Amino acid sequence: MQIDNKEFKPNIVAFCCNWCSYAGADLAGTSRLSYPADVKIIKVPCSCRVNPMFILRAFEKGADGVILCGCHPGDCHYSTGNYYTRRRMTLLFSMLNYLGIENGRTRVEWVSAAEGVKFSTVMNEFVEKIHSLGENVRLGDLRCKR
Amino acid sequence: MQKIIERAKELLSKGEVARVLGWKKGDLAYNPEPAFFNCTDELTSFTYNGFCGANLSKYMIEASKLDGKTLVFLKPCDTYSFNQLIKEHRVDREKAYIIGVSCSGNYSVEKINKAGIKGIESIEIDGENLKVQTIYGQKTMAAKDALMERCTVCKGKEHKIFDELIEINTAYQNEDVTSRFDMVEKLEAMTSEERFIFWQNELSKCIRCNACRNACPACSCRKCVFDSNNFDSAQKANVDSFEEKMFHIIRAFHVAGRCTDCGECSRVCPQGIPLHLLNRKFIKDINEFYGEFQAGEDAQSKGPLTSFTLEDVEPSIVGERK
Ligand code: SF4
Ligand code: SF4
Ligand code: SF4
Repeated sequence: MQIDNKEFKPNIVAFCCNWCSYAGADLAGTSRLSYPADVKIIKVPCSCRVNPMFILRAFEKGADGVILCGCHPGDCHYSTGNYYTRRRMTLLFSMLNYLGIENGRTRVEWVSAAEGVKFSTVMNEFVEKIHSLGENVRLGDLRCKR
Repeated sequence: MQKIIERAKELLSKGEVARVLGWKKGDLAYNPEPAFFNCTDELTSFTYNGFCGANLSKYMIEASKLDGKTLVFLKPCDTYSFNQLIKEHRVDREKAYIIGVSCSGNYSVEKINKAGIKGIESIEIDGENLKVQTIYGQKTMAAKDALMERCTVCKGKEHKIFDELIEINTAYQNEDVTSRFDMVEKLEAMTSEERFIFWQNELSKCIRCNACRNACPACSCRKCVFDSNNFDSAQKANVDSFEEKMFHIIRAFHVAGRCTDCGECSRVCPQGIPLHLLNRKFIKDINEFYGEFQAGEDAQSKGPLTSFTLEDVEPSIVGERK
């Protein structure tokens, strides 16, 4: 069966840190900025809480793209959490790329509580990117997709 | 080898160590196994030859919980793992008496078999050659061609930690060390599609025996995520290609920054999966992004994933690189 790209409704998971990015998403909402409904936000206490396994698990369960948003480096509520995130995700994304997984399916973006506009632009961009990449088949578990 | 046994006997009988951790003769010429020796009589089955690939560092985790000191024999590459385990507070330095034994490389019986030599009865190193007695008669092959992958890229013959060293007259020394990142670079140069196919081919061979995890000195968590009932692929064969990838990405990630590239994972894999290519990708990236780092070089320095600098590269570099 051929999947028509126009019909394709991507599943996108956005891990957002409680202190900055989640508030940024809130601001986008209260400012009536729009971002696609395909984005499902999961709130985490800090971007550093995101274990690489969370990202793989999201793909396994049917995500087509996973984005991780946290406070800007230097602004972490816990001072240094996002610095560790940065190293961890750089290595994880590089490994995924090395295994032949398409590059654009994962992304890290620093969004502060004041950046409602940035949040909405980033999400729009990311959804568009996933649209162009199509369905995630390389990192999915068939059982979870039915 | 006699020198090693004599010294072990001496230390045991003087009561300086309570037990000896070494290798004992296996059923076949090429499969000595790790073993504890509790008295001097048991040392008759002690052996040290080109098939003692097993890295004994990990066994020191358990030995550190026993009473008294354990005499442990470590090859140069094994000492990196031991250092790393000290750093992670998994072994007790005070409980170990380390004798560094010199090494002239370990051989892979798979490579010998692949060269068409089967039915092996005994193996002897003769200059630059291996003299193999088989049930079909005597065969020879160049020792160099039978070296284990990790020994062709050996980090060096220097012991990083020891209480004493025992020099053994090593008949053959491989001087021909290649760069350990050659194959990683080759893969990096492929297209994403080609890499996907390469890994799909390799990882689909995995039977999830967990040998790679069990042998790895860096995989020393008391409770492993792969044993958790919440992890769908706990303790069973993979049902689909996702589980293969999940297992391998997670395992490689768990040892990233701590993997000393000791080569045990690839050595023990019954399916011949080149697991070192996953670990070395992390090592290569760490070197490139955060500066040269060799895990186990010492027992103090901070690991690359437990430290950071304000100027670290952003994850988006992955897409920009290629
Ligand atoms: S990697 Fe080097 S030290 Fe380790 S077994 Fe091989 S030759 Fe010996
Ligand atoms: S040792 Fe090989 S076959 Fe066994 S679990 Fe590891 S990769 Fe899979
Ligand atoms: S991952 Fe492999 S090479 Fe690295 S420490 Fe573990 S067994 Fe050694």
